[in-house]
Amino acid sequence: MEATYNYKVVRQFAIMTVVWGIVGMLVGVLIAAQLIWPDITLQLPWLSYGRLRPLHTNAVIFAFGGCGLFATSLYIVQRTCQARLLSDGLAAFIFWGWQLVILSAAVSFIFGVTTGKEYAELEWPIDLLITVIWVSYAVLFFGTIMKRKTQHIYVANWFFGAYILTIAVLHLVNSAELPWILGGSTSLVGMFKSYPVYAGVQDAMVQWWYGHNAVGFFLTTAFLGMMYYFVPKQAGRPIFSYRLSVVHFWALNFIYMWAGPHHLLNTALPDWAQSLGMVFSLMLIAPSWGGMMNGIMTLSGAWHKLRTDPILKFLITSLSFYGMSTFEGPMMSVKTVNALSHYTEWNIAHVHSGSLGWVAMITIGSLYYLIPRLFGREEMYSTRLINVHFWWSTIGVVLYIAAMWVAGVAQGLMWRATNADGTLTYSFAQSVNAMYPFYTIRLVGGTMFFLGMLIMAFNVWKTIAAGKAVNDAAIPQAVHA
Amino acid sequence: MDILYLLIPVSVVLVGLIALVLLWAVKHGQFEDMEGPAYRILLDDDSPVIPSQDSKSEKTDAKTNDLSI
Repeated sequence: MEATYNYKVVRQFAIMTVVWGIVGMLVGVLIAAQLIWPDITLQLPWLSYGRLRPLHTNAVIFAFGGCGLFATSLYIVQRTCQARLLSDGLAAFIFWGWQLVILSAAVSFIFGVTTGKEYAELEWPIDLLITVIWVSYAVLFFGTIMKRKTQHIYVANWFFGAYILTIAVLHLVNSAELPWILGGSTSLVGMFKSYPVYAGVQDAMVQWWYGHNAVGFFLTTAFLGMMYYFVPKQAGRPIFSYRLSVVHFWALNFIYMWAGPHHLLNTALPDWAQSLGMVFSLMLIAPSWGGMMNGIMTLSGAWHKLRTDPILKFLITSLSFYGMSTFEGPMMSVKTVNALSHYTEWNIAHVHSGSLGWVAMITIGSLYYLIPRLFGREEMYSTRLINVHFWWSTIGVVLYIAAMWVAGVAQGLMWRATNADGTLTYSFAQSVNAMYPFYTIRLVGGTMFFLGMLIMAFNVWKTIAAGKAVNDAAIPQAVHA
Repeated sequence: MDILYLLIPVSVVLVGLIALVLLWAVKHGQFEDMEGPAYRILLDDDSPVIPSQDSKSEKTDAKTNDLSI
């Protein structure tokens, strides 16, 4: 058994990444359409905006992003440590357990079961299941690192390790909740209902300490681990500066944890805590841009590859979006900017430049690298289709975020506009009305990105059909020795 | 804002842990070679079979180096 890598779990997660990407983005397209045509889902309560919105965010972050991270982290840790995963059984448990989490999340959201905490909407039974799976993941990942055959632990593994540990702490602290059944509820809904142990502004602070670090460690640190492996591999060149990648890692870890209060600027949170959050957010530009340059400069001397290799296009474009959103984020953390941007569509632009531009594109690029290797093929079925996918996604993201930027600034300005006598110039409904053209452009952009995923699914399907699963059965050691 | 009495210690403990891991990494020679690891992932031939001989000797070498420092 020791002679081969466990590709099975990588394959399972890789395929589900594509599947959940399509599902999550389809729901995104649907709720974008609801903002233009509110009755498009026939007023069915199960498909109302309030229920589908958390389904969309959870599906793209934890189902699409999560499966992508499981696939790539378990692939990278094996290859760079030259060791098979600690346990095949544990790997299978994590895969099936995570799919169960995703399915139960989808069902519970549709039926309106939610804690109401953003990005932590899942109720307590699912929270417990996540805890068990996450601990297993930590055992599997760190156990594989312990049995490595190389002395050095490659930098990508450090990024994945930090993500696994931090998400565990965040999940435990933020999801601390009291199930209603402890209080004697006997109804069906009451069985799943829980209340956070924190209240008021305390709860808000915990929530955004969680929310920010979930973005920081789930959507940034972990995907940087992906970047530090797949960019050099696809470019066929070592990372621009390995030393910088190590500095990037430690700087990010020491600074990220303190920036959460920037989600609560100009609220009841004490002013000094707000300022602390703002200062640490500004400091984050340094490691973020260091890492972005490091990734992009890996291509220095080989820029011509960008002309012919659409996978590299995905990876390098994702880094540009990483640079853009990690500049935009600290800017939005400045109190005066935040006074305009907060609660507006600008946040939606920022989030999607990060999630579609950075997270989705780096994942898509990595999968195009990974999938042929998992199915014994030289390359994907069609490189042309990867190129088509790239352009659909890029144009889609740009339409999406440009529309939301303009919408957000317009919204912010309309809300704060006052007449000479101090009354508001615009009613709230007028600002909603002004959003229609931008919502329409956003729907077009989002739909393009979604259609790109369908092209990917077709390409993946054809690649798998022509290939054969690698390492399905263990190869005896003697053959190789 | 009593919650800060929880969140700040939790974050300080985490940062302390990160610092400990950093010290461990420095002491165990993780940062001795800041060039080689970048090339090593490219030397990997992406074969699904785990290499058996060469890598082991590399680990032993590195360990001996550690002792001599």
